[in-house]
Amino acid sequence: MAEMTQRENIIEVKFLSVFYGQFQALKNVNINVQARKITALIGPSGCGKSTFLRALNRMNDLIEGARTEGQVVFDGKDIFEPDTDLLELRRKVGMVFQRPNPFPLSIFDNVTYGLRVHGQTARGFMEERLFRSLQAVNLWDELQDKLQANALSLTGEQQQRLCLARVLAVEPDVVLMDEPCSALDPTATARIEDLMYQLKEKYTIIIVTHNMQQAARVSDYTGYFLLGELVEFGETDQIFTSPRDRRTEDYVTGRFG
Amino acid sequence: MAGGNMIARHEGSDRLIKISLLVVAFSAVSVLVIITIFIFEQGLPIMMKYGLKNFLLGQNWFPSEKSFGLLPMIVGSLLVTLGALVIGVPLGLASAIFLTEFSNRRVSRFLKPVIELLAGIPSVVYGFLGLMFLVPFIREKFGGSGLSVLAASIILGIMILPTIISISIDSIRAVPDSYREGSIALGATRWQTVRMVVLPAARSGLVAGIILGMGRAIGETMAVIMVAGNAADIPGSLLAPVRTLTSNIALEMAYASGEHREALFATGVVLFVIIMILNFLANLAARKQYRKK
Ligand SMILES: Nc1ncnc2c1ncn2[C@@H]1O[C@H](COP(=O)(O)OP(=O)(O)OP(=O)(O)O)[C@@H](O)[C@H]1O
Ligand SMILES: [Mg+2]
Repeated sequence: MAEMTQRENIIEVKFLSVFYGQFQALKNVNINVQARKITALIGPSGCGKSTFLRALNRMNDLIEGARTEGQVVFDGKDIFEPDTDLLELRRKVGMVFQRPNPFPLSIFDNVTYGLRVHGQTARGFMEERLFRSLQAVNLWDELQDKLQANALSLTGEQQQRLCLARVLAVEPDVVLMDEPCSALDPTATARIEDLMYQLKEKYTIIIVTHNMQQAARVSDYTGYFLLGELVEFGETDQIFTSPRDRRTEDYVTGRFG
Repeated sequence: MAGGNMIARHEGSDRLIKISLLVVAFSAVSVLVIITIFIFEQGLPIMMKYGLKNFLLGQNWFPSEKSFGLLPMIVGSLLVTLGALVIGVPLGLASAIFLTEFSNRRVSRFLKPVIELLAGIPSVVYGFLGLMFLVPFIREKFGGSGLSVLAASIILGIMILPTIISISIDSIRAVPDSYREGSIALGATRWQTVRMVVLPAARSGLVAGIILGMGRAIGETMAVIMVAGNAADIPGSLLAPVRTLTSNIALEMAYASGEHREALFATGVVLFVIIMILNFLANLAARKQYRKK
């Protein structure tokens, strides 16, 4: 795995700091995220992983009192520039949440939601995207006959896959996943991990996880956060086998805290 | 052992509470049933005697001449209720949406109790304000006496606002934030999020609020009597006077006797049935729409 072919940064994070009021949740974080790779973010609770993820699609904007410094360069442009098209940014940088949150609408309406929001409402177009996204998350065979059923009637795993399909339907470049498996059982988790593996052919995935085995299994790169700092970032093999920082070593070997 | 004893005693008091709640619930329901039976018992015979058709479709209400046509009042009640909804529902929903989704928390924390206070103002006050300001305004702007369908609709529309707003606010607030986040994260605007996710998710609560508002409008009496003109004719325009079913009872009960009195009970029966039908339809509409989505 050692020397990758040519590297392509899709996101360059430079000196990113995020504050909630007086409290600094992220401190001068620098990361280059490689395109079409899986990047895992690990670290103990409350160390700023979600905050980091939510900075990348500017979801922190919704939080009253949240303030950001530094740069996130995506598509060659700093997303914090005032003229950024937020709606377009969020289309290109999709997000899957910790708890599956399908809308209480039909499966069809859930998957096509992003399309309708972005004005792409031609019937044939929507159906084609619906088909492709449900296929991509391996739900098409199960659900093709009940597209009008309420999404809340699905199992937790199906709901999470649906949420992923909902993101894929708008053809993002990057998919952010915040502990996407934490509400799922181990078999469902394994299947979602398989899925991530398939998806990285086309998408850049950044996943936050509490589960170090998961990070080791699925990711190409790993970043270790501690108290708002990015302690170490590198290829996953290296982070888990020969961490450079003492604190990383303590964490990945389970000696933490 | 003491533990077992405690559990037994707990079960005993549980039983007691259950039984007393049952008794309370049962007596509340039976009072309602008794009232209903009484109204029907008083009102139905005369309807049978003069014919259901004459009651429901007759256009002349001359109790002294044994002419008991309720159609003008039925039309009147439906008209002013519809008018109230046309005014109250959009305003109420818009206010609720604004207060929950587009204003900062302090504003809505302050305004919601104020709005709920409006629900506590006695209807005679609304009627009086209507008579003093709204009726003259309509008279000057649009002509006629001002005592009209329009005046009654506007007053009722305002009166049902607190109900609609406060129930809508509660049901919109009950929509989990995770839906909003999911929508925004897909690149939706706030308004799209409200329209396409929040409102559908809150639908059953919103419909409940509208039904309650509708119930209040069709049952309201005093304020309507004061601004509606009360002529027992089918109104020819929004500016014509109108008499509702409730007004019909309230206006004549003081001196009605014999068959006249029974005809007023019959008015009550009709009102009762109309309210049941409207509730049923509203519920049906809510459910059907939900399945379509
Ligand atoms: N909306 C907020 N307002 C104030 N402080 C916040 C807010 N959200 C998060 N924080 C704080 O910022 C810090 C980082 O939170 P964050 O959610 O990013 O951590 P995390 O690494 O994702 O934790 P977890 O593993 O528990 O999900 C925490 O100390 C948290 O208390
Ligand atoms: Mg988190």
